[in-house]
Amino acid sequence: MIIVPITPTFEGPICPLPMTHHDVIVMGHGSGGRMTQELVDRVFKKYLSNPILGEGNDFGQVPSHPGRMAVSTDSHIITPIFFPGGDIGKLSISGTVNDVAVSGAIPLYITAGFIIEEGFPISDLEKIVISMAETARESGVQLISGDTKVAEKGKVDKLFINTTGFGWIPDKLFIGGQYASPGDIVIISGTLGDHGIAVLAARGELGFETEMLSDVAPLNHMISSLLQAAPHTHVLRDPTRGGLATTLNEIALQSHTAIVLQEDQIPVRREVRAACDMLGFDPLYLANEGKLIVIVPESESFGAMEALRRHPLGRMAARIGKVQETPKDRVLMQTPIGGSRILDVLACEMLPRIC
Amino acid sequence: MEVFDQFRDAGRVKSLLEKINKMVTHHWVIMEICGGQTHAIMHYGLHELLPPEIELVHGPGCPVCVTPLELVDKALAIASHPNVIFTTFGDMLRVPGSSMDLFSVKAAGGNVKVVYSPLDAVKLAQENPEKQVVFFAIGFETTAPANLMSVIAASAQKLKNFSILTSLVRVPPAMHAVLGSSQNRVQGFLAAGHVNAVMGYWEYPSIAEKYHVPMAVTGFEPLDLVQGIYMTVEQLENGTCEVQNAYPRVVSFEGNTAAQKLLDQYLEPCDRQWRGIGMIPMSGWKLRSEYAEFDAEKRFHVEAIQTKESKICIAGQILQGLKKPFECSAFGTLCTPTNPLGATMVSSEGTCSAYFRYYKRG
Amino acid sequence: MCLGVPGKILEIYESNSLRMAKIDFGGVTREACIQTLPDAKVGEYTIIHAGFALSILSEEEAKETLDALAELSLIENELGSEGF
Repeated sequence: MIIVPITPTFEGPICPLPMTHHDVIVMGHGSGGRMTQELVDRVFKKYLSNPILGEGNDFGQVPSHPGRMAVSTDSHIITPIFFPGGDIGKLSISGTVNDVAVSGAIPLYITAGFIIEEGFPISDLEKIVISMAETARESGVQLISGDTKVAEKGKVDKLFINTTGFGWIPDKLFIGGQYASPGDIVIISGTLGDHGIAVLAARGELGFETEMLSDVAPLNHMISSLLQAAPHTHVLRDPTRGGLATTLNEIALQSHTAIVLQEDQIPVRREVRAACDMLGFDPLYLANEGKLIVIVPESESFGAMEALRRHPLGRMAARIGKVQETPKDRVLMQTPIGGSRILDVLACEMLPRIC
Repeated sequence: MEVFDQFRDAGRVKSLLEKINKMVTHHWVIMEICGGQTHAIMHYGLHELLPPEIELVHGPGCPVCVTPLELVDKALAIASHPNVIFTTFGDMLRVPGSSMDLFSVKAAGGNVKVVYSPLDAVKLAQENPEKQVVFFAIGFETTAPANLMSVIAASAQKLKNFSILTSLVRVPPAMHAVLGSSQNRVQGFLAAGHVNAVMGYWEYPSIAEKYHVPMAVTGFEPLDLVQGIYMTVEQLENGTCEVQNAYPRVVSFEGNTAAQKLLDQYLEPCDRQWRGIGMIPMSGWKLRSEYAEFDAEKRFHVEAIQTKESKICIAGQILQGLKKPFECSAFGTLCTPTNPLGATMVSSEGTCSAYFRYYKRG
Repeated sequence: MCLGVPGKILEIYESNSLRMAKIDFGGVTREACIQTLPDAKVGEYTIIHAGFALSILSEEEAKETLDALAELSLIENELGSEGF
């Protein structure tokens, strides 16, 4: 007779003789028991291992650094999870790396929590984890802690990922929206709206096709080069949800300045322009996942532009505007025909319109 | 596409604006009656570049804004049915009904889907035979043929689960209502280029003559708008009242006759309520009785609903060019794009929304 | 009510007894109904509104308009230089 010990958990009953091979995620994978361990070994540890994770604790321990620590957390929910140019894995690592890097810190460590829908194919999970590992390697961050939970079918849309990243800000750097000052130059590192349109096309709901790719990418190395050339940079931010317009409004409000843009200087790909014209969208409100807003004193703007354009992710960098004193807290757009308009925050989701 | 891109050329636009500046000698009130033109004027900042003698007012040219409250409430009632997939253009999603909007119906679990084209709604009906698919068919003459195509497509595919809730309106009766009002200040008109792409402009000379109001059929690029204004101002300065075509690359006098035949086959004129304005006789279209099976109002037997409009909202006066949004006590305070009291604040082409977004200064 | 954009006809076909076309808006393509433009040809431009073609966009008319505007400039410049 074989006696098999049954370990009770608070997450529901587990099968006393669990099947060792599954093609899809089942509830048992989130139980914390043997199945979870097998999933971790088979998928996560296979691609994301390092000495810190290798210690095998519920925590990751890292040496401290002098100075201020920058921390950023983000939860990633996207449909579809695989899109032209990337996937939710690349997005989750890049997004958090970028949010830490815009403080001036070198992102060093990252954590990842996965909430997976029952029935999710393990092969897809593997693809996403490989993508995360590649992006982590590219950006130079180490994953030092992770968690996996499984939700019943229908309670989660395939896969949600939360990532938290951190690094230390060198003492001499003071970067933040509040530092934008009158006379500063506003630079964007490349074309706007690529990610927004690529994902919208991939969703298929609006029936249009394009070869646009998402611009999703970790920007920390480009930021390092930039800060060497322009160490007195005042503001760095990536214009994600809400687009350039919303992000610049946040900065104008933080710094109580006005930001004035030149519309004919703003780089937008023709495909993005075409999709926006057709749907009635404004590219300045579309999400970007691999672009950087740089607000820098005029004296360092030339150096900043050079540094960006030298980097593969910044070839289309452009000077798009200036910071002024008034009208405070506002973003203004100078149109190509010489008029102007207020550029407000995104009120709510952009929808295709007929008017 | 290069030649068409020239209509965005800043140099040409500035040159024509200079001419308008030199030409104008009087104060003139010019109305455009197309939400798309309101948007374009604001978007390019054109209103700032015109001489102060030219006052541009924005008429009831946004079908979203003028869809009657009763119909919005009917849409909400139908959308709340458990077995209905309610499809709509994005513009209508946040238009306030008496107590809520389609967005909140969706948030409460209603199956509300935004579509780019009415034909996408027909696809949904094909793919979901067990559901009733309803399309909110709003629009002026520009959109009427597209809306009708959905009925034609559904009919060709013998679909029994598709219907449209119509709020189709016509521009000429609205022009009569504005120009014929005792409070009218409008002296010149920019006609809506894409309405005319479908209908031509053969209906307009009699209106121009009756009210002695010159008109220019106008497009949407900066050069089109400035040219339309130029032609209208030139006529005003000369005292003529003809209908000129400033958009000949798209619009012809007779228009799209095949589309007009279709409209005539499927639709008949009817009286329509215009939100904020009231009833304008024969200003709308409804499906002819032989196509009643596609009429959602008949299919769903929605009872007459007690409507409740905001007492503060002055959208009606704004739509007739009698007041400007900043003359409304709620503008920018109680009434904003995130909390609209009336339809003109919701649609991005609604006058109030356009002023809020583009005109809002400290 | 007028969000209409120019698009080039790439292909014409029938679908569910409707005359349809694949339209190129400049790197973005989409299907649209050209039922009411029986003479439209591949390579021509149309104005598309809500997935429906309203009319053909005439390159010739566009050029004429631009030429007329240019001439207007020329006349005014000449008049200006003749004065004083």
